[in-house]
Amino acid sequence: MSLYYGLITGILFGFLLQRAEVIRYDRQLGALRLLDMTIVKFMLSTVLVGMVGIHLLYDMGLVQLDIKTAVLGGNILGGLLFGIGWAMLGYCPGTSAGALGEGRWDALWGIFGMLVGAALYAEAYPAIKVTILTWGDLGKTTLPGLLGINHWILVGLSWAGGIALFRWFEQKGL
Amino acid sequence: MDKFTSPRPWNPYLCGGLSGLLVVLSVWIAGKYFGASTTFVRSAGLIEQLFDPERVAVMDYFIKTAPKIDWQWMFVAGIFIGSYLAAKFIGGFKIQAVPDMWQERFGPSTAKRALVAFIGGVIAIFGARLAGGCPSGHGLSGTLQLSLSGFIALVCFFLGGLLTARIIYGREGR
Repeated sequence: MSLYYGLITGILFGFLLQRAEVIRYDRQLGALRLLDMTIVKFMLSTVLVGMVGIHLLYDMGLVQLDIKTAVLGGNILGGLLFGIGWAMLGYCPGTSAGALGEGRWDALWGIFGMLVGAALYAEAYPAIKVTILTWGDLGKTTLPGLLGINHWILVGLSWAGGIALFRWFEQKGL
Repeated sequence: MDKFTSPRPWNPYLCGGLSGLLVVLSVWIAGKYFGASTTFVRSAGLIEQLFDPERVAVMDYFIKTAPKIDWQWMFVAGIFIGSYLAAKFIGGFKIQAVPDMWQERFGPSTAKRALVAFIGGVIAIFGARLAGGCPSGHGLSGTLQLSLSGFIALVCFFLGGLLTARIIYGREGR
């Protein structure tokens, strides 16, 4: 059953990604060159809406959070490394599948690369596990937990910041 | 602008907002947050199993992340299908090996684009797994739960990406 849910959710998400054109190389590099903020508008809108829904359901006890461990070494080094590869490829792991779906088959080279990269990571994992992934391990930390404040304060601040950013994008024609 | 981009893309805020609702429904109904990069690890493991199943069975990373078709694998496959359907029936489908922005800067060579996309893919997934997620897992699911790791990783994705895009394309951005 879980597999069907995954497929249906993916189809709907892929549909929205394609219709907003966020799976295009030109849009992704457009954002990284600060020329076109389409993908940022899309991502941030998803986050702002999802944030309200998830915390609402969480407060009602209907869903669980799934917080990833904050490890400064892994998050920072891995994040920077991902950024380098992302700018070269022009697609991220999810959008590469979508780009291929709309006929942009240069994404296929990226997908091959990602399979090779994943295999390499599996080889390197035993060494990484006892080094980089132990540097600055802060556990499954959330911002409300870290700051000791109610999550709705941060949800409100995120919305205020997000809307200010969106207005600025529109004024600048980004 | 070429004729394949018509009809015009949908509003990114609307598509992003709807994706936010989709995340909420997915977590509520199936208990699954969006993510994509683990799928490449599982797929790499599935492929390696064809050649050397005994070795894969004892590798740390494949014990932790079993090579199998799971919810997320179907989600990524769904993105491909959803994008294809939207592109084919509404607009935007285009068989293209070299993106427009890339061609303007580096010319029409498919081999050159393939090489950089492949290397980018290798680096991107290695970084994503080191960081513990990609723009879906950290950028969307992590930040919307207000998780610390999500924000750190997302900032680093963009930092690495902005710097690399600058090196690749020079200063002609804004």
